[in-house]
Amino acid sequence: MYLRLSPDEESIKDIFVSFFDAECSIERVRNAEESGFDATAWERFIETGGPGMCLPESCGGGGADLTTAAIVANLLGTYVAPIPFIEHVVAARLLASLDQSNANLPLLATGEMIGSLALQSLHDSTSAIVPAGAIANYIIGLRGEEIVVAENTIDASPLRNTANLPIARHNFDDAIVIASGEEAHNAYLRAKSEWKALMAVALTGLGRKAVDIGVGYAKERYQFGVLIGSFQGIQHGFATSITNVEGSHFLSSRAIAALEEGADNSAQLTGMAFLFASEAALDAAATSLQYHGGYGFAEEYDIQLYYRRAKGWPLQLGDPGLEYQHIANLCLSKEGVV
Amino acid sequence: MDWSFPPEAEEFRNEVKAFIAEHLTEDVISSTHDGTIHNWEFHQKIAERGWLGGAVPSELGGGGKSAIEMAVMIEELQLAGAPIDGMGVAIVVASVVLELGNDHLKETLVPKLLSGETLVSFGYTEPDSGSDVAAAQTRAVRDGNEWVINGQKMWTTMAHIADYVLLLTRTNPDVPKHKGLTFFIVPLNAEGIEIQPVHTMGTERSNATFYDDVRIGDEWRIGEVDGGWEIMKAALKYERGIAGGQFPSPPLIDAFIEYAQSTTTPDGSSIIENPVVRERIVRALIDVEVCRGFAYNTAFLASEGVMFGVEGSMTKLFASESYKKHSKWFIDMAGADGLLYLGEEDAPVGGVIDEHFRHAPVTTIYGGTSEISRNLIAEGLLGLPRTR
Repeated sequence: MYLRLSPDEESIKDIFVSFFDAECSIERVRNAEESGFDATAWERFIETGGPGMCLPESCGGGGADLTTAAIVANLLGTYVAPIPFIEHVVAARLLASLDQSNANLPLLATGEMIGSLALQSLHDSTSAIVPAGAIANYIIGLRGEEIVVAENTIDASPLRNTANLPIARHNFDDAIVIASGEEAHNAYLRAKSEWKALMAVALTGLGRKAVDIGVGYAKERYQFGVLIGSFQGIQHGFATSITNVEGSHFLSSRAIAALEEGADNSAQLTGMAFLFASEAALDAAATSLQYHGGYGFAEEYDIQLYYRRAKGWPLQLGDPGLEYQHIANLCLSKEGVV
Repeated sequence: MDWSFPPEAEEFRNEVKAFIAEHLTEDVISSTHDGTIHNWEFHQKIAERGWLGGAVPSELGGGGKSAIEMAVMIEELQLAGAPIDGMGVAIVVASVVLELGNDHLKETLVPKLLSGETLVSFGYTEPDSGSDVAAAQTRAVRDGNEWVINGQKMWTTMAHIADYVLLLTRTNPDVPKHKGLTFFIVPLNAEGIEIQPVHTMGTERSNATFYDDVRIGDEWRIGEVDGGWEIMKAALKYERGIAGGQFPSPPLIDAFIEYAQSTTTPDGSSIIENPVVRERIVRALIDVEVCRGFAYNTAFLASEGVMFGVEGSMTKLFASESYKKHSKWFIDMAGADGLLYLGEEDAPVGGVIDEHFRHAPVTTIYGGTSEISRNLIAEGLLGLPRTR
């Protein structure tokens, strides 16, 4: 048991802190508001080897594991960075697990091609909103028992949305079947779990930063002649929020570890981490926004960027109520808690 | 980050589980329902295994159980709903005495504490000082080689079954409040002590204790005169990781699931099929997993020798607040039947749902209220100004 970053992980983190500082400053995030994507930042990200670092070396990747991806996902959340790291990583890893010799893998490994995962189950002649769907050109989804891919979909129109995400609607009528059967189905579910776990980590980073922003404001803002941060009403709200965020940090980290070691309860734990992180991040952002008073509502202040993403990022999976039911089905049986 | 437990901790977990299966009988659990939260037989079985002594730090002569093994033991005992308040008291007081006590206290107390024969009640709180514990007014005045004690303590839980009270007194009223405190370990059979029961809505019995010209020798003093705050800090230090409270919800969740699976609603479906019920259960299970993260983190910090503070406050805040929420959800979802008292005919799962609902509010109060926890988190973690 060792619950800090190892020295190696610390150096990886340092590298990506430099990247996010340089390429995903809050000004850059704001400049990317219209499309939800900063193409220059992605190009620089490619130079770090980030897009392929968690792919097997045999596929042209860096051979790193999910724990490493989580370091980047945490920073992605901290900076609310407009690059599709999570979707790309899980889609590329899914493809690698299905077909190591797929010709698109090297392109995904470098990041020249952007991958994504359709998170809703697909049905004939319906379309689904896909994360990063407006910028990804290799989208993997599950249709019945088939794993399908929509390629070169870059012309899909982006949709204006709550969180300025580069989402788009796709239909998969012309999608290519790349795998089918139980094993492929399980591989897709695994990829979805990876998305949830990395999203939980990202939301934790987002939530912590949201509290930092609010606390920073409360240490500068005077009302009634005193700093608003001296009011217990405000202190206690922040304390509750940061406690939830810390809880989210531990749970999402355990989910990543469970996935990495293939633990029996990894699907439950990732779903739980995702749901808890979603609520903790939104609570943190909403609390922080509230303590900004009217300014929190103003576009000029950064907290609204966090508030909107705290909802938009996880909702790409669909109604969380259904996820609770899904976890209930995994955890509860006639025999009791499993 | 590595969340895996060392093999010896996993083995120890199995040992604790087997111990629970053998010794935590229905009788033990129901024995605590009369309001005494302690069961001597169970406590002594734990002592016989050497786990009380094992929990005392080895540099104090204890038995070398690691912080992570202790966390595993505390977790398993809580998951099973075992009465462990006495265990925490024994370990904490023995550790404090071994570190800071005189030879008389070490010889008189430690062996009997660690063999599970005696207990010490905590005498910190007073009618006029709860969270503001350093404002204690119970007076101890020196008279030759003796001390004369006058005052009153509240929430001296287990005093009616304990032999001693760890008593916080004021020895100097003329200095800042933290600097005029002295601790004694007072035999409860000393003349002038009166113990009155305080009955609670949770059915637990606590006590008010009264001290009227109680005379004890200086050998019962622990720590320096006016140095009581150091003893308080030491007690808090040893409480970390031992005190429990990280897993109050699982016995309730288990009981509710049992009820929901075996109970049919008028439309013929079982309660467990209701999606609202299912969501609530999952939310509660998630909170328990969050508690695990907090508990394992504090165990890790303790294993590294880190003197954590805020991390413990967050653990306690989250665990108790979520438990209180769960107790409300589950009594609601048992409907009017959920109101039925322990032992009442046809009460759901014997009436434990009602019992949890009535017990839960104390958990966000004792051991540091949620408000004090939030103050400490705001100050210690977020750097916001101290307001008390």
